[in-house]
Amino acid sequence: MPLFVPNRHRGKLIVVEGIDGSGKSTQISLLSHWLRSQGYAVAFSEWNSSPLVKQTTRRGKKKEMFTPTTFSLIHATDFADRMESYILPLVKSGAIVCADRYAYTAFARDVARGVARRWVRNLYRFAMHPDLRFYFRVSLDVALGRILGGRDALKYYEAGLDLGLARDVEESFRIFQGRILDEYEAMAEEMGFHIIDATLSIEEQQGRMREVVLKTFGPSLKNGVLRLPAGGELHGQTPAATVL
Amino acid sequence: MVKHPPLQFYNEPLPGVDTSELQGKLIVIEGPDAVGRSTQIMLLRQWLEQEGHAVLDTGMARSALAGKGIKMAKEGNTLGPITMTLFYTTDFADRLENEIIPALRAGFVVLIDRYIFSIMARAVARGEDRKWIEQVAGFALVPHAVFYLRTDVEHLVQRVVLGRGAFDYWESGMDLRFGPDMYESFVKYQTRLIKALDSMVQPYHFSVIDAGQPIPQIFRELQKRITRLPLERSPRRAPRARRAKA
Repeated sequence: MPLFVPNRHRGKLIVVEGIDGSGKSTQISLLSHWLRSQGYAVAFSEWNSSPLVKQTTRRGKKKEMFTPTTFSLIHATDFADRMESYILPLVKSGAIVCADRYAYTAFARDVARGVARRWVRNLYRFAMHPDLRFYFRVSLDVALGRILGGRDALKYYEAGLDLGLARDVEESFRIFQGRILDEYEAMAEEMGFHIIDATLSIEEQQGRMREVVLKTFGPSLKNGVLRLPAGGELHGQTPAATVL
Repeated sequence: MVKHPPLQFYNEPLPGVDTSELQGKLIVIEGPDAVGRSTQIMLLRQWLEQEGHAVLDTGMARSALAGKGIKMAKEGNTLGPITMTLFYTTDFADRLENEIIPALRAGFVVLIDRYIFSIMARAVARGEDRKWIEQVAGFALVPHAVFYLRTDVEHLVQRVVLGRGAFDYWESGMDLRFGPDMYESFVKYQTRLIKALDSMVQPYHFSVIDAGQPIPQIFRELQKRITRLPLERSPRRAPRARRAKA
């Protein structure tokens, strides 16, 4: 049984994956700005951002209502809405959609939470197969150093506190992220991830991503993908940066 | 006390549930929209409680987690078919883990107005992959009985028009517009729903009841079939019987 639905459309789908603190969001943001500057129609989709579903997720998190199964299902619901209403129509129309996290996040995170691997994989079978899958490889210690250094307190589910792994929040986070990292590493080859060494400088990582994009898409980027006409303006409008 | 084999999951067991602890009974009423399921649930609940059983009844979109979100999503015009299927599955999972399983642990009779079969039938009627949704919903417990209130579309139309006086957007499958107006879309969509439910009768061991009969007759039929199930004898029944003799 195929894992996902193949992309038979004009547009492209590029996704980034990696544990928290791997720097993937920075990189996909840089990549989408670059593609946009080349005149391509670019859209951006973030994990857990469906306008129909995110309120339910937020409430469930705040009130700590989730089990591993419902946590998995609500994120799949959020993903389905973005797939049906946003990603699929845009890729069909010829846009490049950049996604910060994709089904692989669920494959890693939900399994780390104790949900059956086979079940989660089936759950996302409706997803479009991404044309490019970047995985930002980083050691647990480096990622934790980046995260624990510079931001707000860790959240309940993010730290895996629902699993009772450890009393201490940071310790729980460490164990949980470690499990997620193991899952990513175990699927990297099977899923055909382009592995980016996330300890390189931001510029070096970005350079590699752009190389991979040009090499993989080749002329199909110029022929298939929706692009601004020369001159850079469309009926006097500058292209809007869509985000979902 | 008769020992029954523990309840089972259809496919993938829910993490952290020991089915041997589930002493209660799980009874499901299925059927298309407007067929009269909730009336029967209400009658069954009264009857079972009089018999001394503790009863929990639950139905779709009533979960603490997702009930409100589903209602809000249905008010808009962007809810896609796969999103809807998964939203309802989330709602079901929340009720299964937080209401149904705890009630079964406590020995309740749990009456469910629509189980995974309605979610599956709606998905199939909307052209989604049947195997996919069967596996997604595979964490459901196999009920002790599934009663399928079956009827044809003409009878449903009659019930909708005479009873409610208007067609409902979602019950008519208007999200996918199966026809040029609500009536035609309703007929086409409900025909597909009934066909999908019919196809589950054998694999899921539905007990079919003709929903074209009058309410009291359907109720008596349900009572008869439920009495045949190995329901635990209620503790209150014995003393009452003694009193009757004296």
